[in-house]
Amino acid sequence: MIKETFVKPTKGKVLRILIFKEIDDLIIGSLGIVAFISFFVGGVVAIQTALNLTNPIIPKELIGFASRQSVILEFAPTFLSIIMAGKVGSFITSSIGTMRVTEQIDALEVMGINSLNYLVFPKIVAMCFYPFVIAIAMFLGILGAYVAAVYGGFTTADQFLTGLRDDFIPFHIVYAFLKTFIFSFLLATIPSYHGFYMRGGALEVGKASTTSFVWTSVAIIVTNYFITQMLLS
Amino acid sequence: MIEVRDLRKGFGDVEVLKGLNTTFEKGKTNLIIGQSGSGKTVFIKSMLGLFRPDSGKILYDGVCYSDLDFEDQRDIREKIGMVFQGSALFDSMTVEENIMFPLRMFTKMKKNEMLERTNTVIDRVNLENANHRLPSEISGGMQKRVAIARAIVNNPKYLFCDEPNSGLDPHTATVIDNLIKEITEEYNITTIINTHDMNSVMEIGEKIIFLKKGHLAWEGDKSQIFKTDNEEVTNFVYSSNLFKMVRKAQNAKI
Ligand SMILES: Nc1ncnc2c1ncn2[C@@H]1O[C@H](COP(=O)(O)OP(=O)(O)O)[C@@H](O)[C@H]1O
Ligand SMILES: [Mg+2]
Repeated sequence: MIKETFVKPTKGKVLRILIFKEIDDLIIGSLGIVAFISFFVGGVVAIQTALNLTNPIIPKELIGFASRQSVILEFAPTFLSIIMAGKVGSFITSSIGTMRVTEQIDALEVMGINSLNYLVFPKIVAMCFYPFVIAIAMFLGILGAYVAAVYGGFTTADQFLTGLRDDFIPFHIVYAFLKTFIFSFLLATIPSYHGFYMRGGALEVGKASTTSFVWTSVAIIVTNYFITQMLLS
Repeated sequence: MIEVRDLRKGFGDVEVLKGLNTTFEKGKTNLIIGQSGSGKTVFIKSMLGLFRPDSGKILYDGVCYSDLDFEDQRDIREKIGMVFQGSALFDSMTVEENIMFPLRMFTKMKKNEMLERTNTVIDRVNLENANHRLPSEISGGMQKRVAIARAIVNNPKYLFCDEPNSGLDPHTATVIDNLIKEITEEYNITTIINTHDMNSVMEIGEKIIFLKKGHLAWEGDKSQIFKTDNEEVTNFVYSSNLFKMVRKAQNAKI
């Protein structure tokens, strides 16, 4: 399927329009929910860390440090990708699946169009912008942690910022974005596959969306495990 | 003209088309009739290359479709129009964009040439005031007109219609049937229509083939279908009360 997606391309002009539409649907359309979730979960991470710091020997700087680590390493790239498997993934499966059951894909094929290229390629390209979404999520997650920690009275702004800069390892950023990039590919292709190759009617479109969510999440979690094993240990 | 030679197609263990041989003539409305599930849609889609036949040949004016590579198949596809059962309009595009789509894909026309051609076929199928509406905003009958317009916009030599009047009221169905017949004669197209509707047979059946469980059980024309003593055909033809009553009335006259 992947190979077929990249050969016999559609006309460039048409493809460009399709790519912009996908960026709008998949990337711009996700910013709101991502911003909302990141900010508040970042806050919760800070509060949880603060509440568990009962031992006076451990410095308050740990709140900033722990928030940064968890947001950048796991929360933004992995946790949000699983949420996106629900949002973006089921959108992709149901829109392609609906085109399958209403014979719109057949209509494309009759016109000599490579429908995999027409439908899936623009989604893969659009999802290349997904790491930007995750960058925003990282920023807002840490901002949320700062707001919750400082304005919640758990730590001072200075302590938080010191913790934030403590023991910073640049490779962690590389690791986070590398896996985000791989997840974005999974997020575009697995749901497309489930939509494209389905058969049946409206009920099956619903079932395909659910199945696609499950498999995309599983793929993300397993990939995450192996990447972490390979790069960080 | 389209010739079909020993066409077979199955899915897994189930053989759906069991060796079909027939010819569809140019400038005529060729009807494929048969009960639901008899293989009509699979037949059409196998001719179009949407399903790859297990064996057999499809000849488009003498050229065998399945022998060609992708690029040459494209030359034939360019000359094919297809009206799908549920219209299969692209639901994110307006009526005008839907109809213009094959031109954008197949031709190098300029925008205003495409618009002109689009408006010509829009007039031809009597679609008024719908250019900028979405498919979901127009009635089923109008969607069918859009689907026909999209199928003929690029001057096809071959037109395929899968149950073009399913889901329409009897009056609209007749109008659509006649529209297809007129277009066929006007542009001298080889038209193939799937239907299980005897009204269409009465209205536009020039050449008729009857499919029964993937076999070609009978072929002939409109006048012959009411005279044949092929039992499978008569069972199909006289399955509705209306046609039974017509037969009774005729027999009474004799
Ligand atoms: N993609 C497919 N995979 C498996 N079986 C199919 C497929 N498409 C159609 N069939 C089977 O082929 C038979 C004929 O279907 P079809 O051509 O749609 O009938 P109809 O005459 O009503 O158009 C049916 O039994 C159907 O279940
Ligand atoms: Mg059918």
